[in-house]
Amino acid sequence: MTTARGAGVAPGAGSTSALDRYEAVIGIEVHCQLRTASKMFCGCSTDYDGAPPNSHVCPVCLGLPGTLPTINRRAVEHVLATGAAIGGTTPEATRWDRKNYFYPDLPKGYQISQFDLPLVSAGSLTFDTSDGPATVQIRRAHLEEDTAKLVHATTTEGRRVSLVDFNRSGAPLMEIVTEPDLRTGEQARRYAEELQLLLRSIGVSDADMERGQLRVEANVSLRPRGTEPFGIRTEVKNMNSFRAVERAIAFEVERQARALDAGETLAQETRGWSDDRGETYVMRSKEDSHDYRYFPEPDLPPLRVEPAWLAEIRRRLPELPAARRARYREALGLSAYDAEVLVSDPDAATLFEATLAADARLDATLDAKAVANWVTGEYLRLRNAAEGPISVGPGDLAHIVGQVAGGTISGANGKDVLAEHVATGRPAGEIIAARGFHQISDASEIDRVVDEVLAANPAAVADYAAGKAQAVGFLVGQVMKATRGQARAELVQSTLRARLDVPGDKVGG
Amino acid sequence: MATLSRADVVHVAHLARLGLDDAELARLEGQLNHILEQYAILAGLDTEGIPPTAQTIELENILRDDVVTASMPVADVLANAAEHDGAQIVVPAILGGDAE
Repeated sequence: MTTARGAGVAPGAGSTSALDRYEAVIGIEVHCQLRTASKMFCGCSTDYDGAPPNSHVCPVCLGLPGTLPTINRRAVEHVLATGAAIGGTTPEATRWDRKNYFYPDLPKGYQISQFDLPLVSAGSLTFDTSDGPATVQIRRAHLEEDTAKLVHATTTEGRRVSLVDFNRSGAPLMEIVTEPDLRTGEQARRYAEELQLLLRSIGVSDADMERGQLRVEANVSLRPRGTEPFGIRTEVKNMNSFRAVERAIAFEVERQARALDAGETLAQETRGWSDDRGETYVMRSKEDSHDYRYFPEPDLPPLRVEPAWLAEIRRRLPELPAARRARYREALGLSAYDAEVLVSDPDAATLFEATLAADARLDATLDAKAVANWVTGEYLRLRNAAEGPISVGPGDLAHIVGQVAGGTISGANGKDVLAEHVATGRPAGEIIAARGFHQISDASEIDRVVDEVLAANPAAVADYAAGKAQAVGFLVGQVMKATRGQARAELVQSTLRARLDVPGDKVGG
Repeated sequence: MATLSRADVVHVAHLARLGLDDAELARLEGQLNHILEQYAILAGLDTEGIPPTAQTIELENILRDDVVTASMPVADVLANAAEHDGAQIVVPAILGGDAE
C-alpha cells in the first residue's frame, strides 16, 4: 500500500480525505438535567449528589403501585424558557406519554415522556465555528423523567449483578433534538458548547457534562457528496466532554468512510465512545433496539400552555448570550475576543457589568473597552491564579480604571492596586493614597531619569545604535524601575526614542 | 384493518416479557385479532370535526410548586427488594442493554 489512505491508516490521519468524498450528516440529542429543588413528579429532593444510595426516594419515584405523579411547575417552565430562548413554538395543548421498556433502572416499566406533542418544536441555535457562523434547526425539546443509576458488579460468589440507586429516578430531564443539519465534529462540539452556555445563562440547568447533567449523543451517517438520500446511521453515546464529542464524530466519519470505500454495508447500531482508546465500539445492534409502544399517560391530565403564561416566561428571560455578544461588540465597541471571553465566563461578565454600572452611578467616564481589558486581563489572571473565588468591588475596579485612564497612576501601579485589593479587600482609593502612587507626567522629571538610565547602560545604547531595536524595551524597563512604575509609559517611550534617534548625538559616551 | 400474525403476537409477548406456549399464543392471536376487529368498526365512524382525545379526565394543568417533601428511610426502600446489600438494590446483571 503506497497511498496515504491505506487500510491500516488510523482515523484522523488524512482526515480531510473522507470529507472530500462524503458528506457527514449529523444530528445531536442532548439530555439535560433541569435545575429544580424537587423531582419531576414527586417532592423528593434532587440534591442527591454524594448522598447515600436510595436516600432520596419515595413511593412515586420508586413506581410503587397506587401512586400518582404530580407535575413540577418549575420543570415545565424551564422547558418553556428554553423554547423561548431558541425561538421555538409551543402548542397550546400538550400531553404526556408512556415510553415502555423493561430495565432495572426504570421501576415502573415505563418512562413518563412526551411523544407527538412536545412542549417545544422548531427552534434554532446559531453558533460560531472556525468556518464562520452556523445555525442548526432544533426539531423538539420535551420533558421526561430521569432513570435510576446502575452500577455493574460481581458478587463475592462470582455472580454478575447490577446495583440500583434510585436517587436519580424521576429527576426532571429535558431532551433537545436537532435536525440532521450538522456536517462536522467541530460544528457538533460548538453547538453543544453554545447550548450549554444558553442553558446556564437562562438558569434552567447547571449543564455540567462531567457530572452527567448534560449528556450528548450523536447520530452520524455519510452520503456521497452531491447526493440526497441519507446513509445508514450509527448513534454514538458515552461522550463525556466537548472534546470527546468532536473526536468521536471525527472517528465515526473516518470509520464509516473506510467501510463504504471497502464496499461494506454499515450496520444501524448504537456505539459507545472510548476516550482512552480513541475509538467507538458496538453497544447494541438494531435487532435489540426497543419498540417503546408509546401511548398517552392516563395518570396525568393534559397540559395547557396559555399564551399569558408563555408571555410571562418570555418576559423573565435574561439577555441571551448571542444578544449580549452583539451588544458588547456593537454598542460597547468590544473586540470579538473580549466579548466572547466575557459572555462565556459568568464571573467576568458580572464584574464587567457591575463595574460599568458603578461608573454610571458616578460620572460615567469610563471607556467600556478599558473596563473589558481589565476584566479579561488582570482580573481573570488573578482569579485563575487563586485557589478559590476572588472578590473585586465594582466601584474599586471602576476607580482603578479611571485613575489609570486619567493618567493619575500608571498601568503598572494600577495592577498592583488591584492585586492588593483582591488580597486584602482594602478600598482601591485607600491603597493608592497609602502607597503614594502617582504618575510622573512631568517631562523634565522624566528627562532627568532617562539621562541617568542612558548613562548607566552604555551597552544597551550601543546595541540600539547597532540596530537592535529591542534594546529600547530594556531601557524603558530601567526607567520604570527607577520611578517605581510611576513614570507615564508613553512619555518614557517617546523621550527615549527622541534621545536615541538624534544622529550624531552620542549619548552616554 | 391489519391483522396480527403469529410472529406479531410472539414479538409483543417478548416486549412484555411474557413466556407463552403454543396453545396460549394461538388463543391470544385469536383474541387480539378480535379486539382489532372491534376497533375496525370504530374506525369506520365519521369523526370529522371531533378533536383528538387522549383521555377522558376533565382536568387540566394540575401542577405542584417546586417544593421538597420528605423521602422514605433507606431501610423502608430496601425492605421491598428481593435482594439488597444494605444500601443498593441488587438485581441480576442484564447484558448488552444500557440505560436510556
